[in-house]
Amino acid sequence: MEAFFVLLAIPLLGGPCLWLLGDRNSAPEVNSGFSLATFAASAWLTAEVVAGGPVTAWGEQFFVDALNVFLVALTAFVGFTTSLFSRPYMRIEREKGRMTGPRLRLYHSMYQAFMFTMLLALTTNNMGILWVAMEAATLATVLLVSVYRTAASLEAAWKYFILCGVGIAQALFGTILLYFAAERVLGAEGNALLWTHLALVKGDLEPAIMSLAFVFLLVGYGTKIGLVPLHNWLPDAHAEGPTPISAVLSGLLLNVALYSVLRCKVLADGALESRFAGNMMMGFGLLSVVVAAFFLSRQRDVKRMFAYSSIEHMGLVTFAFGMGGPIANFAGLLHMTVHSLVKSAIFYAVGHATQKAGTQVMEDIRGLMKASPTVGWGLMIGTLAILGMPPFGVFASEFLILTTAMREHPWATPFLLLALGVAFAAVFSRVQPMVFGDTHLKPLAHQPALVPVFVHLGLGLMLGLYIPPYLAAWYAQAAKLLG
Amino acid sequence: MSPLVGQVINLFAAVLLLIAFAMLAQRRIVTLIHLFALQGLALVGSTTTVAFATGQHHLYWSAGITFALKVVILPLILHRLIRRLNVKWDIETLINIPTMMLVGILLVVFAFNLALPISQFSQSIARGTLGIAMACVLMSFLMMITRSKAVPQVIGFLAMENGLFFAATSATYGMPMVVELGIALDVLVGMVILGVFMFQIREQFDSLDIHHLEKLKED
Repeated sequence: MEAFFVLLAIPLLGGPCLWLLGDRNSAPEVNSGFSLATFAASAWLTAEVVAGGPVTAWGEQFFVDALNVFLVALTAFVGFTTSLFSRPYMRIEREKGRMTGPRLRLYHSMYQAFMFTMLLALTTNNMGILWVAMEAATLATVLLVSVYRTAASLEAAWKYFILCGVGIAQALFGTILLYFAAERVLGAEGNALLWTHLALVKGDLEPAIMSLAFVFLLVGYGTKIGLVPLHNWLPDAHAEGPTPISAVLSGLLLNVALYSVLRCKVLADGALESRFAGNMMMGFGLLSVVVAAFFLSRQRDVKRMFAYSSIEHMGLVTFAFGMGGPIANFAGLLHMTVHSLVKSAIFYAVGHATQKAGTQVMEDIRGLMKASPTVGWGLMIGTLAILGMPPFGVFASEFLILTTAMREHPWATPFLLLALGVAFAAVFSRVQPMVFGDTHLKPLAHQPALVPVFVHLGLGLMLGLYIPPYLAAWYAQAAKLLG
Repeated sequence: MSPLVGQVINLFAAVLLLIAFAMLAQRRIVTLIHLFALQGLALVGSTTTVAFATGQHHLYWSAGITFALKVVILPLILHRLIRRLNVKWDIETLINIPTMMLVGILLVVFAFNLALPISQFSQSIARGTLGIAMACVLMSFLMMITRSKAVPQVIGFLAMENGLFFAATSATYGMPMVVELGIALDVLVGMVILGVFMFQIREQFDSLDIHHLEKLKED
């Protein structure tokens, strides 16, 4: 299939091209151009899947089905809009002296490399290559987290590298165990790690090995999702890196890590015939929601606060997939999509707000609405959307998750409601004074890129009111696949 | 396959475990790098033995990659790194060494218990060594936790990868070639990035002590 080839080749070429291009004034536009081309290729791939159903390519090394097709499109889309946002953002950073020519060169080429690893992780059929791509994603972003070279950013990047490295090593062990279980059924060929082959024989995989494998895989990829207690790297990396990187970490990396866990869960469920995998995910998910909600109320740094909000939401999605069943799975997929859109929109608005204020400390950011109504409204609407106010998509998915929890696991509902309440109070009470009130903020040197903010929020709103039939059919099909 | 082959593989596994203990106890960074290279060599030996005994040709390739990467390239990079950074001095461990040894022994017992129910499913001739592979992983983990300098932490990280690789050859006959190549590439790129990163850390703090990296905390 040519679409796979084009989709992966564009960002793979984009990295070296931008490195060679170096520190030209046009580099941000070229970066956006590559991202736009990637998005177009993903649309092409999506169109092929719509027309012909799931496709595989290159001796079944790559495949797309209902579960990953919308994630591919979402990843390419958020990658494109973030590259649009980063154009004015990085120009302002450069004028402030925080970014220099060599750093921008690194930033642009690594941005494309990161997009490549995300798309490779999503489209590969090989569980081993999935691992390789997830590790490569850490490698591509670690130097971007430390790009400002401040003491705090170096510490954040070191933590990110070591914690994710150790975590992902557990996932490698899980992958080895998975191969071990598969080899007994499929034979020691290259095919034994292909997910489509594994899914066919999942009932025959040895349960004792598969349960151990799933524990390692969940802990490993769970580190990347930011599940409590493996979340320590996440707030630091989000707060200390440049804001476009915070946006793609929250919007893309966490989703793709969760997607990896889902692929493993399907196999583990088939092998175990018990709710072991689901229960583990519910436990980690619920713990993440509750712990993150209470940490939210103690934050002073705005990017840190929204990083904790990402942990909370990923916990909620993990909990939903843990419950399983068509409705909870549907809600989980919807929540992944909407969270990715809305959270990246918030980071775009926050990025410009912190540039205006010259600080990330929330007490020092005041009166955004007066200084720049669009940034102010973007942040306010984004915050309301992420907190689950109707009519945004987050409300719809949270409502579905909560009602399913009430019906099937009533004991969990009070924890969820308490956590959502605490999160609402914490975030809203901090964002409200940032947006309203008097101001002494100065206008920015470059026109901020606010189209992506409102496009994302508009999509988030649309998904709350009306889900296009194609998308709904995909969600339903993927939910069935997840069992 | 002869019992001799099994014995040879067990011997290499025992060497791996001994080196893991030696790394836990070692304070000098240069010696740590030598131990790491030696561990790589033991890994090459066991992989070649399995390849010879079973006729799995791709294992020769993966033994070759392991030799190039873990016995030659990575130790060279590490030596260069500590020479350029000038960090050969003795390193303090956070827990004293006899305690570390005791914890290490407990980890080995734990790893063997964990591996016992699953290693019986293995068709590989080296299946008895799955417990040792797990023990190596856990002990490298312990080493990373208890060292306060950046370079030993990285060596612990690489030793953990050695243990994982050994697990792959002892439970199965190695991962598919494309995956192994990908993993090797990741390790190599990771090492280069870490090298760059250590220079950044030293530039900022004038030291490679991880204690400087403890400012970001929830209060």
